[in-house]
Amino acid sequence: MSKVDFLQGNEACAEGAIVAGCRFFAGYPITPSTEIAERMSSRLPEVGGVYVQMEDEIASLAAVIGASWAGIKAMTATAGPGFSLMQEHIGYAVMTETPCVVVNVQRGGPSTGQPTKASQSDVMQARWGSHGDYEIVALSPSTVQEMYDLMIECFNWSERLRVPAVLLTDEVVGHMRERVVLRDDVETVERELPPEGEEIEKPFPMEPDDLVPPMPVFGRGHRVHVTGLTHDERGYPATDDPEIHRKLVTRLCNKVRKRAREIHEEVGYDFEERESDVALVAYGGCARTVIEAAEELGVTVFRPKVIHPFDPDLIRDLLDGYEVLVVEMNLGQYVEMVERALDRECVHLLGYPGGYPPTPERVIREVKKLSG
Amino acid sequence: MTVVDWKELIRWDRMPHILCPGCGNGTILNVLVRVLAEKFEEGELDPDKTVLVSGIGCSSRLPGYVKLDSLHTTHGRPLAFATGIKLANPDLEVIVITGDGDAAAIGGNHLIHAARRNLDVTVICANNYIYGMTGGQVSPTTPRGAKSTTTPYGNPEPPFDLCELVIGAGAPHVERWTTAHPAQLSAAIARALEREGFSFIDVLCQCPTNYGRRNDMRDPREMVKWLRENTSTRDEEGKIRIGILRDEEREPFLKRMYDMIEEVRTSEEGD
Repeated sequence: MSKVDFLQGNEACAEGAIVAGCRFFAGYPITPSTEIAERMSSRLPEVGGVYVQMEDEIASLAAVIGASWAGIKAMTATAGPGFSLMQEHIGYAVMTETPCVVVNVQRGGPSTGQPTKASQSDVMQARWGSHGDYEIVALSPSTVQEMYDLMIECFNWSERLRVPAVLLTDEVVGHMRERVVLRDDVETVERELPPEGEEIEKPFPMEPDDLVPPMPVFGRGHRVHVTGLTHDERGYPATDDPEIHRKLVTRLCNKVRKRAREIHEEVGYDFEERESDVALVAYGGCARTVIEAAEELGVTVFRPKVIHPFDPDLIRDLLDGYEVLVVEMNLGQYVEMVERALDRECVHLLGYPGGYPPTPERVIREVKKLSG
Repeated sequence: MTVVDWKELIRWDRMPHILCPGCGNGTILNVLVRVLAEKFEEGELDPDKTVLVSGIGCSSRLPGYVKLDSLHTTHGRPLAFATGIKLANPDLEVIVITGDGDAAAIGGNHLIHAARRNLDVTVICANNYIYGMTGGQVSPTTPRGAKSTTTPYGNPEPPFDLCELVIGAGAPHVERWTTAHPAQLSAAIARALEREGFSFIDVLCQCPTNYGRRNDMRDPREMVKWLRENTSTRDEEGKIRIGILRDEEREPFLKRMYDMIEEVRTSEEGD
């Protein structure tokens, strides 16, 4: 039965993970994400799951990937500096097509920065932090309810596409308390499995249906070799063949890119269209004050929940013809993607680093400057 | 009883392998697959439930030649990956194959913590005193004074004794052998696979290409001879101690973890 509760964002995130089927958490404490680990350490054993506090963030994501290959849904949670340490394993999970979820409760940076303050400055790190060409899924909640709901979406898209999914949240949403409906009629997606007990000759086919091959699981007789090296269809290292590398990496990117619009439609976004020349764009914790400002000003507002993959066509469909003001808690990250989709001259930024979202008044002032 | 021939455990379609002629990793692979074939045949292990995990380096390529589930991971981190595999599915037998650079430099943190936790895995460390795959740079086990591409005047640093290190961290079962002792190594791997908890086998082995060549042992036979002559199963002055260095009972990590989960679940049900 669905339950109504009054929870902190980080707690709701943990509950969302459990209802999505997560049964393994490996992590390393870091502010402002620790409540997720704490909640998981208490909740997982109750549902027969495993919580383990690893020696660092690198080990945490490694253990998560190992657990995923052993056949269970697994996650970790961290903040900016920890997310930086995890980057090599984000790339490894991409290359080995391992479903896993990483929650990044963003805080101010660079470096140790502002541990207890909010930020949205890992938008580009989520997309480009690891070396090589790749695509992942990153979702950004604005409410405690969405911490719960988008966590489930993260697991589902991760399983569906066999990619790491990032819940790219921030301290504002992670630490606020709100009413949340803990739905139990949740649709969960399980990775497609090959038949048990059969050796799989080609676990990594070049052109599988929908670009995502079924995932072998250790211990089920599949006898697969999994490597982070460029590999052929058999999973064997093939590092010198440019054609194999090109095909593999293109498929890994395309399986996410080609479904960008679908991911946006499925996860959803807010688009409040009003008679105005100006449209405001914001996401995550920052969107809360921006939406208030937009209502007060009577201007259009767009709030994406999907940050990656970016869908330039969607942005064009919705925002062409507006003077667009992107508001984010950084000196300009998401805005660069918007600029690539629209006429650059029409795209403006209110970049607001420092640890808090701008007030509605601050946003209103900026809009007035634009229209005045 | 199914007869398991070790030859069935080799991915012949991957031959020839990438190891240099005379490489000690060849001996380790040879011994490992024969022990595994025996264990599978005797029914002590199930090939479908046995997973090989490795990091990066020459030794870490070995799992790719064995026809079992295997995970070739990132540099230094195989034990962290193994922690996830083993905790997620305790039915799996997890064997970690690593090298001195992989296990003790970049992976040093994971090594001591896996030993401290008493994680239920068998670790086989191919310790050839050198970074072989990257071309012969100094490693944490390179002897003092030895030449490498990054210690052209002789290594100024003291080496790690990996067995002492993991014993200090709490590993209950620790052995050291060399590629000059294949029969003993075979018995050691068999013992390690029988043990619950963390088993560590330090295998001193030859790298004629990148270590021997720079340290007056260009011929692999010279290095194997050196390993035989400079090691002893007794404490002898000037010789490296080999043999079973520790064999104690300690509650394995998995048991503690799953007992705790069971307790929580039972008390929940009682509420």
